[in-house]
Amino acid sequence: MKKIRWQYIAFRNPYLFALLLLILAAAVNFFFEPDLFTRDTLNSNMRVFLPLILLAVGQAIVILGGGIDISVGAIVSIVNTILATQLGTGASPQRTALMLVAVLFVGMAAGALNGFFVSYLRLQPIITTYASSFLFAGVALFILPAPGGSVPDSISHFYRDTTFLGLPLGFIIIPILLLVWYLVQQTRYGRYLYAVGGKADAAYQTAVPVNTIRFSTYVASGFMAALSGIAITLLTSAGNASIGDALTLSSVTAAVIGGTALRGGVGGIAGAIIGALILGLIKNIISFANINLWWQTFANAAIIVGALAAPGVIELVRRKRS
Amino acid sequence: MKKISISPPVAAVILAVILFISSGLLPNGYGSDVSIAIAQATNILRLSVFLGIVAAGQTLIIISGSEGIDLSSGAVVTLTAIVVYVMCNGRDSMVIPALLAALAIGAVIGLLNGIGVAYLKIAPLVMTLGMAGVITGLILVTQHGNVSGAVAPIMTRIIARPLLFRIPGAIFIWIIFAGLLWLVLERTVYGKNLFAIGVNRVTARLSGVNVTGMVLATYSLAGLLAGLGGFLIVGNTGVVFISLGDTFLFPSIAAVAVGGTLLSGGKGSYFGTMAGALVLTLITSLLTTMQLDQSVRQMILGGTLLVMISIYGRQRGFRQ
Repeated sequence: MKKIRWQYIAFRNPYLFALLLLILAAAVNFFFEPDLFTRDTLNSNMRVFLPLILLAVGQAIVILGGGIDISVGAIVSIVNTILATQLGTGASPQRTALMLVAVLFVGMAAGALNGFFVSYLRLQPIITTYASSFLFAGVALFILPAPGGSVPDSISHFYRDTTFLGLPLGFIIIPILLLVWYLVQQTRYGRYLYAVGGKADAAYQTAVPVNTIRFSTYVASGFMAALSGIAITLLTSAGNASIGDALTLSSVTAAVIGGTALRGGVGGIAGAIIGALILGLIKNIISFANINLWWQTFANAAIIVGALAAPGVIELVRRKRS
Repeated sequence: MKKISISPPVAAVILAVILFISSGLLPNGYGSDVSIAIAQATNILRLSVFLGIVAAGQTLIIISGSEGIDLSSGAVVTLTAIVVYVMCNGRDSMVIPALLAALAIGAVIGLLNGIGVAYLKIAPLVMTLGMAGVITGLILVTQHGNVSGAVAPIMTRIIARPLLFRIPGAIFIWIIFAGLLWLVLERTVYGKNLFAIGVNRVTARLSGVNVTGMVLATYSLAGLLAGLGGFLIVGNTGVVFISLGDTFLFPSIAAVAVGGTLLSGGKGSYFGTMAGALVLTLITSLLTTMQLDQSVRQMILGGTLLVMISIYGRQRGFRQ
């Protein structure tokens, strides 16, 4: 009886394990950095984590729909270079607002290109988005060949130091994301998304518009990548055509740690947010635990592999016992 | 009406030939000088050997299905290249031990990937990605960023320089290698089982295939082949650096896809991968000779890749 209940709980809550991991990571981080939960430290952490959180949410949506998006980092770079070159320190508020909206459309257009190739031309997602990542990275490099550029102080100050009712900006954005996701899940679209990711053939036969749904996941991912690009630009206040490169694969890792299955149809954005937080906290722990500089890359990767392996190890041990 | 169909490997080779011939018309191409054209063709063929060998392991893993992919091959190439570089240290006598060490290290890393995938049920993409991070971390820990050593002279002589009839040894190595891999894929039980688990793991298991054993063997073999790639690459370049292997990682996946191997597994051939490696190397070297901006080069490379996979990388529609 107990075994069935455990399986049921694990099945109903794919994020359960990730949540436990997050609590563990936060506890370890708290041990090394006792002022972790003060307002300023929370804020300075959240503003660094936010770009990856936004990106991982987009990635999770694509993975849910049965695809993968390797081009998100390059979209972040495009957005970053556009903002850094078009705004400068002296841009007027109107122009700033206009550009912020414009880059969201750029992100969606880039996602739409991916979506077109993957869903309507039926190309394989990983290789298609890899190819388009070259295209996007080339565009970013074309816009800004050498690192530079800037954004108005007022908006980067807004991003870095906004605390609403004593809560950092990230704690406002995450609930908004979760709320929107909750509403989406209630709609027909939300059901379709899980159906397409779970078994596209069966979904097609039950009159689900599979191609449209798939297409929309890439547009959503492009939109989230643009948001992430805005966040990272406001964080660094500068442009760099390769700023997004390192984020791409981290976003996939974050989604997977958060319980989203790469085969599609299982998981959700809450897991991806948790996953991105875990990745950020691991980095924090390593820099605060006084680990020798040469060991940091190894420690980071080893902990991530450990986190990925842990559910499998638990499952193996459990099966051996019963 | 019979539909004309050209198999992906053949299409890729035809594309490569057309590209190469038309590249002679470029301002700084080979023009009408046949001997320079042949020299250039040989050189491009030699360069594609290294991508081709790294992509061999990738081909096996991708054929094995279940979202199989190896993102650790780039890091394995770097690690084994460093091992060979340090072990040889300019001595011919150490070449064989260094080669064996490279193969063994690659196989062990591959086995670890296989264990993660088969027993711990970690998705191959993130398992091998994590492994790549661990390997890069290990390189940093052990080498502290500066590697001292040298390749053995005999390696440069055999791999990079002309061996017979002005053809570099690397090409002979590739031909022998391709023959062996064809035998493994098409004429052994292992090859037959590999395609079987790629199509459907459940039916393969029910037909008596040891699926777990196959997965472990395939990931180990892929790691071993990446180790071989590391050995050959360092023999060609003569220097090592931390990002040596990374430049081969995604191109190796692209080579497999361009060669017509299904990324969902169960269908493909190494000849396709060879043709894919050839086309990709050709396009990259053409873009380099055209002396374009890096941004434009990247855009053209991405666009060409999209066009190529659009031609024959398409999957089955739902209505069929």
